[in-house]
Amino acid sequence: MSIDFSPDKPIYQQLIDRILGDIMRGTLGVGEKLPSVREYAVEVGVNANTMQRVYKELEQMEITETRRGQGSFVTEDQEKITALRNEMKEQLVTTFLQNVAAFGFTTDEIIKSLQERGGEND
Amino acid sequence: MIELKQIVKKYGSKRALQDVTLTIPRGKVIGLVGENGSGKSTMLKLMAGLSLPNSGSATFDGQPITRRIASRIAYMSDTDAFYLYFTVQQLIDFYASQFEDFDVVKAKEILQFLNVSLDSKMKNLSKGNRGRVKIAVTLAREADVYLLDEPFSGLDPMVRDDIGKGLIRFTDTERQTIIMSTHEIREVEPLLDEIIVMRGGRVIAQEAVDEIRDFYGVDATSWMVSLFK
Repeated sequence: MSIDFSPDKPIYQQLIDRILGDIMRGTLGVGEKLPSVREYAVEVGVNANTMQRVYKELEQMEITETRRGQGSFVTEDQEKITALRNEMKEQLVTTFLQNVAAFGFTTDEIIKSLQERGGEND
Repeated sequence: MIELKQIVKKYGSKRALQDVTLTIPRGKVIGLVGENGSGKSTMLKLMAGLSLPNSGSATFDGQPITRRIASRIAYMSDTDAFYLYFTVQQLIDFYASQFEDFDVVKAKEILQFLNVSLDSKMKNLSKGNRGRVKIAVTLAREADVYLLDEPFSGLDPMVRDDIGKGLIRFTDTERQTIIMSTHEIREVEPLLDEIIVMRGGRVIAQEAVDEIRDFYGVDATSWMVSLFK
């Protein structure tokens, strides 16, 4: 089935995030082959030009590589994926802390709350 | 590739298109939106060479558009015009006899993808399956441009999803262009590169979907609503 896109971000960016998520969670493994542009476009219900752009930008980020005549693959370079994970983590924390400040919480208060939650999940 | 310059089209004393100037680039999927009676169907017919302007010029790769353009442009009307006693197979044979660029193998492939049996009689098909057959015989032509008048209208969500996927799967945006009129903009937006908005026979906006989201921070539907305020 086609996927639902949120209205406030370009569709190609949402698809990039989706694939990055798959790679960071390991759903798409190191060195694994991605579906062809056309297959992926049909799967998620977007036009092939949009999907082409997604693949091109992932390649520019050096998270995937295109092998002539074979298609696109997740990079074999684990360091690049680790770097991406760290970068995304920093971004998440920054956005989160901005919200924390906007609602007038102190960082200590939030850390305490997070530790309590962390305990529940362990 | 398709260029319209200062087109005026009248039906009697009523102006269906007023001073329309517009360029359609190659290799894009374009949605034509606007209220009923805003001129969408007239514009598609004009691009298909099925109707001629009263003034202004319509060209395709520099050549004036006439009925002969049908050999490069596949037009799908919003009405059902099939011989009801045909089977799907006979309909394919009929199309193959009418259009040089009709690819019988591709037609069967698309129908298989959409799960329509070749032996069914047109009159026994559900409305949804007639919609599937209609898009299949249109896309089976190896045309440069597909002009689709309301391909999703009146069909249930499953069929709309199927037709959308058929469009992605069986057209090649590296060389083919799709222009479709639609009211289902929220649903169709992921299929589009560009949107052309019409109102009262005029083009009031033409914008890339990514630009709308990037620049205005809203989806195409909200953007379009804001244009009409």
